[in-house]
Amino acid sequence: MFDAVQKPLVEVAGLKMYFPITAGVFRRQVGNVKAVDNVSFTIFEGETLGLVGESGCGKSTCGRAILRLYEPTAGAVRIDGTDVIAASSDTLRQMRPKMQMVFQDPQASLNPRMTVAAIIGEPLDEHTKLSKAEKLAKIYALMDQVGLNRDFANRYPHEFSGGQRQRIGIARALALNPKFIVCDEPIAALDVSIQAQVVNLLEELQDSLGLTYLFISHDLSMVRHIADRVAVMYLGQIVELAPRDAIYAEPLHPYTQALLSAVPEPDPEAEKSRRRIVLTGDVPSPANPPKGCNFCTRCPKAMAICHETEPQFREILPGRFVSCHLYEQTAGEAAAPGARSEHTEKTIQQGE
Amino acid sequence: MPDGALPVLEVEGLKTVFRTRGGEVHAVNSVSFNLRPGELLGVVGESGSGKSVTMMSLIGLLPSPPADVRGGRVAFDGLDLLHCTPDQLRAVRGPGIGFIFQDPMTSLNPVFTVGYQLREPLIKHMGMTKAQAQKRAQELLELVGIPDAARRLRDYPHQFSGGMRQRVMIAIALACDPKVLIADEPTTALDVTIQAQILELVKELREKLGMAIIWITHDLGVIAGIADRIMVMYGGQIVEQGPVSEVFHRPRHPYTRALLKTVPSVRGVREAKLNVIEGQPPILRAEPAACPFRDRCAQAFALCATANPRRYPVGPGHDAACFWDFDTGAPRPIDAIAGAAHV
Repeated sequence: MFDAVQKPLVEVAGLKMYFPITAGVFRRQVGNVKAVDNVSFTIFEGETLGLVGESGCGKSTCGRAILRLYEPTAGAVRIDGTDVIAASSDTLRQMRPKMQMVFQDPQASLNPRMTVAAIIGEPLDEHTKLSKAEKLAKIYALMDQVGLNRDFANRYPHEFSGGQRQRIGIARALALNPKFIVCDEPIAALDVSIQAQVVNLLEELQDSLGLTYLFISHDLSMVRHIADRVAVMYLGQIVELAPRDAIYAEPLHPYTQALLSAVPEPDPEAEKSRRRIVLTGDVPSPANPPKGCNFCTRCPKAMAICHETEPQFREILPGRFVSCHLYEQTAGEAAAPGARSEHTEKTIQQGE
Repeated sequence: MPDGALPVLEVEGLKTVFRTRGGEVHAVNSVSFNLRPGELLGVVGESGSGKSVTMMSLIGLLPSPPADVRGGRVAFDGLDLLHCTPDQLRAVRGPGIGFIFQDPMTSLNPVFTVGYQLREPLIKHMGMTKAQAQKRAQELLELVGIPDAARRLRDYPHQFSGGMRQRVMIAIALACDPKVLIADEPTTALDVTIQAQILELVKELREKLGMAIIWITHDLGVIAGIADRIMVMYGGQIVEQGPVSEVFHRPRHPYTRALLKTVPSVRGVREAKLNVIEGQPPILRAEPAACPFRDRCAQAFALCATANPRRYPVGPGHDAACFWDFDTGAPRPIDAIAGAAHV
């Protein structure tokens, strides 16, 4: 999967999305909520990048800013070679068919006064010049593709269950043959038995249509299932990015370690023996992030340097990016994985 | 947990119906179970399976109309809770049975301080003076691990984070030393790292205070870690019940088996394709005369469409409501079924 022929489809560089905090009669700006703070990553064609993190860490904002549903404060996003952030509104409109989104809440993201056929057909009205018959044929084809009964084309969203509504949202996203889809917590509002149905559908569609996904979720076990690579966000920044198997087998960043250890295992025996890293305290406010490393206030391995300097996000092993002072030393010697744990120890001692 | 001990809570044949414009919805159908002292009973099921409605029916928390508790018996502390006066029920809620609700955002009153909301049950139920209640409120906040408790009592709910608010909810539920604590999805609205904190807290409090707990969740992982016994609900009835390791390792109802397979693991083997349960959960317009799971069940055969199985014993303290016997790989013997059809 990860060979040299892989072509990057989405390149995000230094993306920042700040929301101003205003106060007083004149709405003077008194600060910023740094929802996304200097995030960079690449998504290759045909792959799924999982973006995980707790609520409020900025993962949804990041997904929306990439599609320029917000005007980002700074940074560049290239999708299929074109810079989305710098694009004029005309260029952007022509690019929209290539990049689509599936939203979290299928109840809120479907217009209750439009029929299913109208919802799925709306992007076709906007961006294509199909005849009525061609359009209907396309709508039926899309409904078949996502496993919705054609007979329901003239029904309204409230007549469907949560899982079916999410299928409508997926059909709408597929209408214009996109290359890249941002899935923003597409299964969070669904029951466990329905979640699996939707995830399988997304995987089948990816295989048959060659889609590229940014899969945003807080469900680490689902992300492990669907993603090829995983990025972990904390307080507006990506703290770790690595191939799926590597990150789940051996998480490097202390936050990733804590996050993974906090996920309960559906097995009573395993649960009894499992060692959990319980983080103390809460996530700090993104309006007032701590000095130094964002995670230093809760990190069980925090050192003096962590409260002073912000760590760099860099590749410390092939394909494994991490932003942590524990690994600063090893960054230059990415080639020698065996030596890494020793180095880690050394770094800790030096830090103390 | 002594097996011979008398249950603290006994529920028999509980039925709850909602009267809606579209007709009746039979949300809880003949649910029977008991809770032993000091036990943690996990209740698992998807939304609409009747788990929350069951627990809210027992202590009369459902508004009527539309809810109508049609029958059954709930024995607690020498009382039948379904035939109590509102005053008697009010006396049970708090010192008898404490309740933690799912959403800590909406279940605290935003216009009163946390201290006020903690003192209220202490003054009303325990007959404390304001000063005593204040002192006890501070102890409770400390018990649930909120730092700087004395100062935090003066804060309003919006000044607390989600995890902290859930701790406040737990403190309020514990205020009157309940014998039974019912926790309705207490960690569902929280992030995993905060959920881990709350789970540790509950384990610790249970050891310290020794109350019986009913823990409602849809997360099988959470249950695996904390429960002694587990009850699986589907279509308003209990489909399987047993000790936690039994149910996880020897599930004997097709729904439990399927549910356990649909959950991907963070640590175990990664499946190439997720197992799914096809179809949708039923909407119960009438009391089910047949197995509610039959349309989604791989094992279903002719009988499943004509009779609703009773709960058959399948192991020590373990029963499952299914006509299929997974141990023999065949339907259960016909006489056992014929007897069951009348139940």
